[in-house]
Amino acid sequence: MTTDARLLPPEGRAPDSSAVLSVRDLHVSFPTDDGMVKAVDGVSYDVFENEVLGIVGESGSGKSVSSLAILGLLPKSAHITGEILYRGQDLLAMREKEKLRLRGSRLAMVFQDALAALNPVFTVGSQIAEAIEIHNPDMSDKDVRQRTIDLLDLVGIPNPSARVDSYPHEFSGGMRQRTMIAMAISNDPDVLIADEPTTALDVTIQAQVLEVIERVQDRTNSAIVLITHDLGVVAGVADRVMVMYAGRPAEIGTVDEIFYETRHPYTLGLMAALPRLDENADGMRLHRIKGQPPSLIFVPPGCPFHPRCEFARLPEPCATAIPEFRGMERPGHKAACHFAEELADKNPDDLRPVVGS
Amino acid sequence: MLTYVVRRIALSIPVIVVASMLVFGFTQATTDPLARLRQSRDAARLIPAERHRLGLDRPLVVQYTSWAKDFVKGDWGESFISRRDVKTEIFDKLGKTIQLIIWGVLFSALVAIAVGVYSAARQYSALDYTFTGLSFVGLSMPVFWFALMSIQFLVFVPKNLFHLNQPILYSVGLHSATDHSLLDYIRHLVLPVLTLSVQLVAGWSRYERSSMLDVMSSDYIRTARAKGVRRSRVLLKHGLRNALIPLTTVMAVDIGGLFGGLIITETIFGWPGMGRLFFDALLSGDTNILLPWLMVTAVFIIGFNLLADVLYGVLDPRIRVS
Amino acid sequence: MAISDRDGLEAARAAATVGSGAQALVAEQTAERYAKSLEVDLGGGPAGPGGRDREPAARSQWQLFWRRFFKHKLAVAAGAVLILLYLLAIFAPQIAPYKLNPNLDAKTLLDARHGPSMKHWFGTDELGRDQLTRVLYAGRISLLVGLCVALVSTLLGTAVGAVAGYFGGWVDQILMRFTDLFLVVPALAVLMMAQKGLAGKPILGHRLSSTNLIILILSFLFWQTIARVVRGVFLSLKEKEFVEAARASGASSFRIITRHMLPNTVGPIAVNTTLVVGLAILTESTLSFLGFGVQPPTVSWGNMLAQSEGAVGTNLAYLVYFPGLAILVTVLAVNFLGDGMRDAFDPQSTH
Repeated sequence: MTTDARLLPPEGRAPDSSAVLSVRDLHVSFPTDDGMVKAVDGVSYDVFENEVLGIVGESGSGKSVSSLAILGLLPKSAHITGEILYRGQDLLAMREKEKLRLRGSRLAMVFQDALAALNPVFTVGSQIAEAIEIHNPDMSDKDVRQRTIDLLDLVGIPNPSARVDSYPHEFSGGMRQRTMIAMAISNDPDVLIADEPTTALDVTIQAQVLEVIERVQDRTNSAIVLITHDLGVVAGVADRVMVMYAGRPAEIGTVDEIFYETRHPYTLGLMAALPRLDENADGMRLHRIKGQPPSLIFVPPGCPFHPRCEFARLPEPCATAIPEFRGMERPGHKAACHFAEELADKNPDDLRPVVGS
Repeated sequence: MLTYVVRRIALSIPVIVVASMLVFGFTQATTDPLARLRQSRDAARLIPAERHRLGLDRPLVVQYTSWAKDFVKGDWGESFISRRDVKTEIFDKLGKTIQLIIWGVLFSALVAIAVGVYSAARQYSALDYTFTGLSFVGLSMPVFWFALMSIQFLVFVPKNLFHLNQPILYSVGLHSATDHSLLDYIRHLVLPVLTLSVQLVAGWSRYERSSMLDVMSSDYIRTARAKGVRRSRVLLKHGLRNALIPLTTVMAVDIGGLFGGLIITETIFGWPGMGRLFFDALLSGDTNILLPWLMVTAVFIIGFNLLADVLYGVLDPRIRVS
Repeated sequence: MAISDRDGLEAARAAATVGSGAQALVAEQTAERYAKSLEVDLGGGPAGPGGRDREPAARSQWQLFWRRFFKHKLAVAAGAVLILLYLLAIFAPQIAPYKLNPNLDAKTLLDARHGPSMKHWFGTDELGRDQLTRVLYAGRISLLVGLCVALVSTLLGTAVGAVAGYFGGWVDQILMRFTDLFLVVPALAVLMMAQKGLAGKPILGHRLSSTNLIILILSFLFWQTIARVVRGVFLSLKEKEFVEAARASGASSFRIITRHMLPNTVGPIAVNTTLVVGLAILTESTLSFLGFGVQPPTVSWGNMLAQSEGAVGTNLAYLVYFPGLAILVTVLAVNFLGDGMRDAFDPQSTH
């Protein structure tokens, strides 16, 4: 048994009633020539209106796959169990026709690498217009075009009435990403999932795109799930953060809890890998989490992180018993580590070797 | 865009010129306009005079330039055998070949695209495997054998089976001696078109399938689905539009090759086109026809290659800008 | 996107002369993806340090190839069929039930014009000659032509392609323009003219048999497909660091080409060589059918069909079935095999 069922919402909110999206014990696996790949191995989380939930993890941690499962975009060969509740309805049990109605209107997704994610042979405007027309078939062409231009304006594209007829390759990387966002919010979705929206971009452009995402939320009050491997991105924008490893949740909590009250060695390692630019950084090296992400076919027994963990107690219990995803001092803060409490007095600097030591 | 086209056209000119030199040299090396004469008894006496008359005693370069001038002017000489004007001969036969090409390409394109799209949409289905298997067979089968077998099974077998006076489909020529109706034309058209389509469909459908599969695994397809677009519309609007781009260019190149490449089909089915013309001319040593024939087919090949380049720019907005 | 690559268009033209433009285009893309796949197979997972430009370990690649290849049951079966066909061809004189050119006596003539029977599995022709025997002997010629053309054109094509791809620049341009010239003229017509013009004439001091002449002129046609593929792979490999490292350590160009780059080109070369076998057999049979290939009395499947063309529509029509089927089965096996090999070398190709 890995995770437990309920998560408490952030302080000040009524329990569960405003959870727009609830993922419950999601398992996703793919059959391959070499065996079953357990891409997502028991994940549960809630997302609430008007908050940004950051999901952080390396490639292969399952963060993207769980989002694709929400939208129902996984290949037919995928084995999916669990529940994904959108306003009470289980998306996994829905028929395709109903999912089509929700996709792109109530549930929307923004992908990374917008150059590849936008159709190269259609204009930017026509692609946004398509999103609008599908869910608003009675809207007139003029209104659709106007709305498209308004959306481009909202996301900060300069001169939108001219740019609406441009092709994706004529836009810069940042503008393309913003176009994707415009497309995704065109029908005021309740849930917006952004899968690594800033990964392919320069740091300065990253900041612009994140700013657009925040602005969008101000307008639409949607719940935003921001998937990234970059803790720095999460620090600025997210309200709560979930850290995933090997298809399982490692830790979840508010941004402050994750950054200042870290309770999972993996999270600690991620933070130690962030370079420090302040004066205390003199003489400190960057920390590298040793080893590599595990194969998802042959997941290590016990805690999946134990081969790379600085604090692992081997062989018991870390290599034999799967740690429970359990609550810490504050409600809503959970971690999956046998010795989570012992991390209370550790901070990332402890992992950073000093030059000369 | 216009400059792109003009530039490509300009680049083709030297290619045509070099091709003409190549073709001229090759023809000189492999044909002998004096072959007939060598066999006659007076050969030793007549040959020098004939050589001079034909200008074969001049240096090669002079022969080439003289021929090239005549060719460009439109003076292609007379056929040795039929004494008819070569230019009219070739253009007449060209017209017949173009008929085959048009019908063949239309038919093949429709079938290939349909098969390719279906196979990509229903990958690994029984029908997909069947189509793949059939296209392998199509690519592995000698075209002339298919032609013979189709005559056997589509002309003679039904005729004998149903005790008909005339076969349903004809296998020789353009039309019957007396009947020049549309139906008669179609009955003559079916088998040659079918034969030439076999290879085209086999290659194009495999290519289209591969192209569709590549396209359908692209990120923008996932985006379209995430917007809520129906599967069928994603396939046909987002997928096909992109997958057709490389296919049309391949098609253009293949079509260019058909102008000189229907030798088998036309010979077996007695279709009086370019291929048949070449075969007859080669057999009878009519070198006056061979050289212009090679030039004309080369120009078509170069021309269609050019078209393929231009099509690319037209269909793919990413190329247009450069 | 690999398919949109402009160079692929050049390859399309290359094969438009003989096969479908589609075939060569896929071949060229394979070469590209193959070079890229060398990157993927190197180093560890995403965190693997500097794996991109390390030289791939040749041995583990072979093991990988064989493992993937044997998963394709169809390709393996095709390979077995081909080996069987070649064995039948090699041992034709021993296996054939009758003599190739029997005495035309009353006994033979009595058996003439019989369709397939227990005595003559493939029937007999007007002269009473057993067709199975003829098909077997013809197979020797056709299969020989296929193999020889593939080998010669591979040698030639690899040499030219390697030089063009490695040195690049104007050497590449000249060589490529030269190969482009082959695309501009219709292949079959040119082959026919070449055969007619060269038949009976001594080449380099020797008079070639019609079979050898065909091998020569077909090789001259097919080398450019291989040259293009090799050039493509070399152009990609040239950018890799292991080539620069070798150069920095003072290795001569020749050594770099043969010791470092060629072993990594084996995949696409092998695939294309295999496919050329099939194309050569098809082209030879077409030429022989038209009378511009292997000349009688040497039998090839193509000229058997030339002789039996008139049997269509008569009760001797079976004379047309078997030589054609032989060609079909052979080339089909070659194509399945080549396809399986391509998959085994480049598992990322969409299939």
